[in-house]
Amino acid sequence: MRTIKFLLQKEFLQIFRNKSMLPIIFVMPIIQLVVLSFAATYELKEVDMHVVDFDQSDLSRQLVTKLQASGYFHLKSRSRDIDQGIREIQKNEVQLALVIPPHFKKDLRSGKSSSVQMNIDAVDGATAGLIQGYGRSIIQDFNAEIQPRATDVQRSGIAAPGMEVIPASWYNPNLDYIKYMVPGILVVLVSMIGMFLSGMNIVREREIGTIEQLNVTPIKRYQFITGKLLPFWIIALFELGVGLLIAYYGFNIPFVGSALLLFGIAAIFMLVVQGIGLFISTITDTQQQAMFIAWFLMVVFILMGGLFTPIESMPVWAQELAMFNPVAHFIKIMRMVLLKGAGWAEVQHLTGLLSLMAVIILPAAILRYQKSTG
Amino acid sequence: MDSTRPAIKTRNLTRKFGDFSAVDNISFEISKGEIFGFLGANGAGKTTAIRMLIGLLTPTSGEASVAGFDVFTEAEAIKNRIGYMSQKFSLYADLTVWENIRLYGGIYGLPMETVKAKADDLLKTLQLSDARDKRIGSLPLGWKQKLAFSVAVLHEPDIVFLDEPTGGVDPITRRQFWEQIYEVTEGGTTVFVTTHYMDEAEYCDRVSIMVDGVIEALDTPSGLKEEFKADNIEEVFIELARGADRSQN
Amino acid sequence: MQSFKAFITKEFKQIYRDRRTLLVLFGMPIIQMLLFGFAIRNEVQNARVMVLDSSRDEVTRQLVNKIDASNYFSVAGEIQDINNIEAIFQQGEIDEVIVFENDFARKLERGGQPAVYVITDASNPNLAQLIQQYSSSIIVDFQHRIFPAVTEGGGITTHANMLFNPQLESVNLFVPGLIAVILMLISTLMTSIAITREKEMGNMEILLVSPLHPSQVIIGKVLPYLVLSFINVLTVLIMAQWVFDVPFRGSYSLFLAESLLFIFAALALGVLISTKADDQQTAMMVSLAGLLLPTVLLSGFIFPIASMPQVLQWISNLIPARWFLVIVRSIMLKDSNLLFLWKETLVLLVMTIGFIVLSVRSFKMRLE
Repeated sequence: MRTIKFLLQKEFLQIFRNKSMLPIIFVMPIIQLVVLSFAATYELKEVDMHVVDFDQSDLSRQLVTKLQASGYFHLKSRSRDIDQGIREIQKNEVQLALVIPPHFKKDLRSGKSSSVQMNIDAVDGATAGLIQGYGRSIIQDFNAEIQPRATDVQRSGIAAPGMEVIPASWYNPNLDYIKYMVPGILVVLVSMIGMFLSGMNIVREREIGTIEQLNVTPIKRYQFITGKLLPFWIIALFELGVGLLIAYYGFNIPFVGSALLLFGIAAIFMLVVQGIGLFISTITDTQQQAMFIAWFLMVVFILMGGLFTPIESMPVWAQELAMFNPVAHFIKIMRMVLLKGAGWAEVQHLTGLLSLMAVIILPAAILRYQKSTG
Repeated sequence: MDSTRPAIKTRNLTRKFGDFSAVDNISFEISKGEIFGFLGANGAGKTTAIRMLIGLLTPTSGEASVAGFDVFTEAEAIKNRIGYMSQKFSLYADLTVWENIRLYGGIYGLPMETVKAKADDLLKTLQLSDARDKRIGSLPLGWKQKLAFSVAVLHEPDIVFLDEPTGGVDPITRRQFWEQIYEVTEGGTTVFVTTHYMDEAEYCDRVSIMVDGVIEALDTPSGLKEEFKADNIEEVFIELARGADRSQN
Repeated sequence: MQSFKAFITKEFKQIYRDRRTLLVLFGMPIIQMLLFGFAIRNEVQNARVMVLDSSRDEVTRQLVNKIDASNYFSVAGEIQDINNIEAIFQQGEIDEVIVFENDFARKLERGGQPAVYVITDASNPNLAQLIQQYSSSIIVDFQHRIFPAVTEGGGITTHANMLFNPQLESVNLFVPGLIAVILMLISTLMTSIAITREKEMGNMEILLVSPLHPSQVIIGKVLPYLVLSFINVLTVLIMAQWVFDVPFRGSYSLFLAESLLFIFAALALGVLISTKADDQQTAMMVSLAGLLLPTVLLSGFIFPIASMPQVLQWISNLIPARWFLVIVRSIMLKDSNLLFLWKETLVLLVMTIGFIVLSVRSFKMRLE
């Protein structure tokens, strides 16, 4: 115990003395949390639109005005040439080229149908789907508005039969993506701190040579690893706390579930990520190698962890792979507990998985760390 | 420790890296309180030999015991009894002199009062009392090496291993350094020192000269000079090293 | 010049001799491409739906079948009690519950407007938004089918052309994006580490007193990584085409030239970081922890920039990958040429020059 105390003292001194690292450890994650959480949305804002209006009638102009008035579309340019519209898309100036055919007004007035063409930049399929959906429903609305004038003889004021679709969004009625993203991004930030810093630590001492002096002392392997583990464990949990406070007071994220439960699980989770970092540290020779491997794993953990794209959308093999992804589990736990108020019963399975990982990776790191080379 | 038993004893100690024998069947005995000089050109295998003795490297074959403990099976027990100063400066540059001393004192399990008293003593004799709260990284090389030595002997080990302790230091500092070494041997500590300064070899009780992983000569400095009919150890060394295959790197 | 040549040769040898690092440098981007190229999808597939149908008539049954038949949804079962929804969502296995009003078909026949409730678990709002949109359009489509009179015989029809990616496959979005993200991080990370490593080991001072000009030292350090990154571009490009079947409609030479420009930008950023950082640890944390999330989030890689709040759209302009991403996607999918992409290219060029100027300045300050 006493040895560990001296090691901890040393580690903390080194951390707090490194003036260029302190802002990276303490300020950067907070800034990223506050700024980046706003970026993660598919919400459709104003789509820039090019209009090719062959009709040039008051009715076609009304349609364009209606699209603009919806707030989803913004008229950026117009021309009489479809190719011009496509070119604007190729230039990334607009995402939609709307083509209103000749005789649009005439056809409609005489009870014929007229086809409006939406040329959508579908490189981003999800956005394209939304543009199509919104565009179509606005045009249908417009259609319904002008229909009575064309066919009011047929339909004498009776509401059209049809189903009424009533959407309801539970847990997050305004579809506020911030609530969803803040807990997830917070998890990623503390994992990065834990994994990168622990991952670099041992290999750094090896590269500088200071580890030699420690290795000729009678220090025990578990003491050494504990001395490396504990400081960033404390720092990461502290940052998680600060992040949660910001989430609560700054972003008004509801704490439906128990924050205490969350911290208990976080304590296990951090052991897993740090254990991975330490393990990497023991199998590499240089910080460069260690960082590259840590980077690789982190990117995999983030992009396949359900933070940005739902795990359900991944192919089955990838979903099975997510079983081994501690970040995915903890993100899920965070969201379940904070947003839905899940309790121990709902998260015990995932927590068990995390504990299992910790029980495997930490001893592996201790065993892999050799005071002597064979 | 039993004073009649040798402090270090090796028999046919060998370390191979692949096909390459860095250390090839070396055998010697060092008695308690001796200053043993371990000479050799760069790449001769000195550091490999030291690393085997202090438990940083497992030997390929042979036998060796340090302070009565076997290097194969009791490496961790050895570590309680030895001090080590590596070729490359390996104290924490971002910690102060006192913080480094406190850390190692703590790891060796010395009571804090003892560490404090020893640190004050040491710093006074080294005339470094003003540097107590300065970061080691900011000190000149000579000071750093004296401190590294102080940390190596802080816990009063039976044997202290010094790997090229005076590399890159001016003659006056080297002189002071050797005074420090003499001082600890007065307390009965055995000193195992590698160097390639041949004048330093003259300060040792006995000297071994290693060429290509093999010990080619081992005797007192005067004995060696006699045997090779040379005026100084340097001539002996050049005579022996001439036949070396391993080039300097 | 002689010593410069020798120095560069040494740098190349040093990197290419280190098999382990080399394996990591070439292998990991390939593995990442494979993993992410196949796994990252934002299209909804088989979202799990529960149905609460208290009418149980022909219309609701047809509608449920239609929903189940679509690629977007699969109907996981039925529930009887509206109070169970809470518990179902808590377990997190079901994404949406559809509730039909009583006497659905009869109300519809009488010209009424029976309600369909589409309840989503919006704790993932992005997913909820998409599946709600999809369910609504399926229901509206269905309605048009059973009441053709409403839409046919006059009125506006819309015809949508999904340009450049008619199947709306997210592979076509993400694979080009991955090229940008991987390149950015590798190039910046590797250079910043390589240079600070020399500093930390004390070799930098030796190099600076050598006859080499400081700029030659930097170029010598960076050049091997330039070659390395360029090889990565080629492998990733080959994979995009042969493994993921992402169309390549534009010009290869333009693509390679733009990639080279982007690699320059990333390398220059790495150099800039290394002139500011004292040790590898700092350099790594800046180029890893500092750049990873912003590059992924603010470049438009996953989330469209146009969806972000205005302030973030401004900030995103500072991210080099944001510009390269537009270039890559446009060349690969839209066959855009330099005439269409001069603006993005210019931005990257200015950024690269800016990084170099800043590095030189902070390097000089250090020496003084």
